[in-house]
Amino acid sequence: MTRKNRRAVFILTGLAILGLAVGLILYATSSGITFFYSPSEMAQKHIAPGTRVRLGGMVEKGSVKQAGSTVTFKVTDFVDTMTVSYTGILPDLFREGQGVVCEGKLLPNGTFLADTVLAKHDEKYMPPQVADALKKVGRTKDGKLIKEPSASTPEPSNP
Amino acid sequence: MIAELGHFALVLAFAVACVQMVVPMIGAHRRDMALMDVARPAAVAQFVLIATAFLVLIHAFVTSDFSLKLVYDNSHSTKPMLYKITGVWGNHEGSMVLWVFILSLYGALVALFGNNLPAPLRARVLAVQASIGVAFLGFILTTSNPFLRLSPAPFEGHGLNPLLQDPGLAFHPPFLYTGYVGLSMAFSFAIAALIEGKVDASWARWVRPWTLAAWTALTIGIAMGSWWAYYTLGWGGYWFWDPVENASLMPWIVATALLHSAIVAEKRGALKSWTILLAIFAFSLSLVGTFLVRSGVLNSVHAFATDPARGVVILGIITFFIGGALILYGWRAPVLKAEGIFAPISREGALIVNNLLLSAAAVAVFIGTLYPLFLDAINGPKITVGAPFFNMTFGPIMVPLLILVPLGPFLGWKRADILGALQRLIGVGALALVTFIGVMAFVSKAPWLAGLGMALAVWLFFGAFYELAVRISLFKGPLDVSLRRARYLPRAQWGMTFAHAGLGIVVAGIVGMTAWRHELVTALKVGESAKLAGYTLTLDKVGLREGPNYEAIVGVIHIREGDRDLGYMMPEKRNFPVEQQEKTEARIRTNGFKDLYVVIGSRNNQGAWTVRAYENNFAPWIWGGAVLMAFGGFVSLTDRRYRVGAPVRARARIIQQPAE
Repeated sequence: MTRKNRRAVFILTGLAILGLAVGLILYATSSGITFFYSPSEMAQKHIAPGTRVRLGGMVEKGSVKQAGSTVTFKVTDFVDTMTVSYTGILPDLFREGQGVVCEGKLLPNGTFLADTVLAKHDEKYMPPQVADALKKVGRTKDGKLIKEPSASTPEPSNP
Repeated sequence: MIAELGHFALVLAFAVACVQMVVPMIGAHRRDMALMDVARPAAVAQFVLIATAFLVLIHAFVTSDFSLKLVYDNSHSTKPMLYKITGVWGNHEGSMVLWVFILSLYGALVALFGNNLPAPLRARVLAVQASIGVAFLGFILTTSNPFLRLSPAPFEGHGLNPLLQDPGLAFHPPFLYTGYVGLSMAFSFAIAALIEGKVDASWARWVRPWTLAAWTALTIGIAMGSWWAYYTLGWGGYWFWDPVENASLMPWIVATALLHSAIVAEKRGALKSWTILLAIFAFSLSLVGTFLVRSGVLNSVHAFATDPARGVVILGIITFFIGGALILYGWRAPVLKAEGIFAPISREGALIVNNLLLSAAAVAVFIGTLYPLFLDAINGPKITVGAPFFNMTFGPIMVPLLILVPLGPFLGWKRADILGALQRLIGVGALALVTFIGVMAFVSKAPWLAGLGMALAVWLFFGAFYELAVRISLFKGPLDVSLRRARYLPRAQWGMTFAHAGLGIVVAGIVGMTAWRHELVTALKVGESAKLAGYTLTLDKVGLREGPNYEAIVGVIHIREGDRDLGYMMPEKRNFPVEQQEKTEARIRTNGFKDLYVVIGSRNNQGAWTVRAYENNFAPWIWGGAVLMAFGGFVSLTDRRYRVGAPVRARARIIQQPAE
């Protein structure tokens, strides 16, 4: 095998592995990622039941109900509200009136079935997606209207 | 007063690092011994100064000096002593001090033990190392000063996040940083070699132990973090593909590739410029990891707004080092001459495939981690890239690599006979096949992927030890000859065997945990029972317990397996009044093959307690295997080869021998 052939073998192997990696990544980005929506986006975008999504917002005060090991609560962005059901132990930092991110799917009856509930960090913290979603509808975390939404976020379609 | 001393020490360290960055570099260029000799005392002085600052910070935490803002924000007088100390690096500023402390420690080690390095190379390495120190000390002093005072001093602090008050996490950052920062050594050597335009076997021999040390520490750090997540987050997962985790996995993958390519550079003189490129990338990914975790960018690009200075400064540092290194590489790498010529099918060829697959895996993790940030930055849709993405990309890239692992050591240098190597492994292959058939036949409802995964694990584990057996001709000749051969086998050889076998155990653990995991979520009143995969769990009672800085609800759960009484497990739910947080304390009972994992939750309005339990088959093997891999790295590090060329010590050993 000449030096040239040898080099060709290495380059082809490299390209084959690179191709494999790129192919896998492209395939996975089309089906392996999860979109994040707020309750009002869920209502606007007509998400098909069964699609895996993340839902984020504030846990509505007084909405948490436990039956057996299943918990139901309402997630709100103060414009729209969505009922979430979850079976299992809620994370340590889950609390009414605070930010939460739920991963799961929409059921045909319009409620959300979560298999993962995320509530991280301390009481001052709000999941950033939730903060952004709230900013989009022009509310603070306790539901008050913000006078001037920040310039960088698009103007909300909010009454 | 003492705190000001610490601040002053940091400022002095910055000044010393500036001198160490410039003077030896000029000295090496002019071949001026006096200027080059500045590097060693400067490196030691820099270490002593940073160590002083670090000790001052620890002192402030131990004595609960709340006049320091950092202590006030992150500590509390009732916190147990262990967590007062580990709380030093449980926050941004303190962890950055730990970062530069480890950086200067590596620099001091090169200065003190680098006697057999050529003087210009040593001077340049230490100068490059100092430039990293200058960047990060400057970052600390300008944006993250840990010694800020509060006046008047408050009486009590805010406490530390209870999730961090845990032995597993307490020592996770030091190991992780030892790994991250250890890769700076490989980087400094790479840059120094590029400046000199010369890479020889002794260069590769120097780079390998540093990379090995960093890799070993990183392996332990990652395993500890994963173990912590497993037992504290209360849902028994061991890896979440969280960006913070990926930040540590990426340098690990590239360091693994570097470890293997450095072998070729050392033994065969080939792959030199590729090894240098990997060294640059390994440390660059450490910097990216530091940036991701430390800048707050992970929460959101917009979280930059909370402290834009920090993120921007780290981003500037990254751009400078990665960009500068790559420009230097593009300019100087063509100067490096490749020596060893080899055929595609050879050990060199196998190691190239190893490197290509590992690099592809690192690219997949990189894209999965940064793609959501990128979309967020351009105000695109908000997405999460989770386990499905990585299972679809990382998995298929790793499988061919794992299949090749036992084969590589059977291939000769330069030119190899792949059929011959396969023939020698036929016994191990048969064992893997038997495993596959056994799993499919005897385990009910086993997914065929689980059978294949277990076969792969067996192939890896026994392949590693079979290679060792062949090397010492075990059972081919008299046993004492084999044992003598085993004794004189290089330690690096043993290290490889352990690391590859450990990899097999990790694979078995991951496959077993994925395929045969049983879960139970239920609400139990006191006295009620539930069943989980052959276990019966009875909630005997629920009590309260007073801890040093928390109150705990304790569930007393009686466990039986069939007729056998396994006693009690007492999971807790702790409430930390100072931090106003709760923390779940899972209880885990293991027999080495499977874990029984029990968590207690809150009480519902019917008076029943939520109980969550898992049977995690093969779970302990994940961390056991990782520990064996790290042990392999450690054994390899003690190889005699790394000490030869240090004649003083070699002579000392010869003199000692007759006395024994």
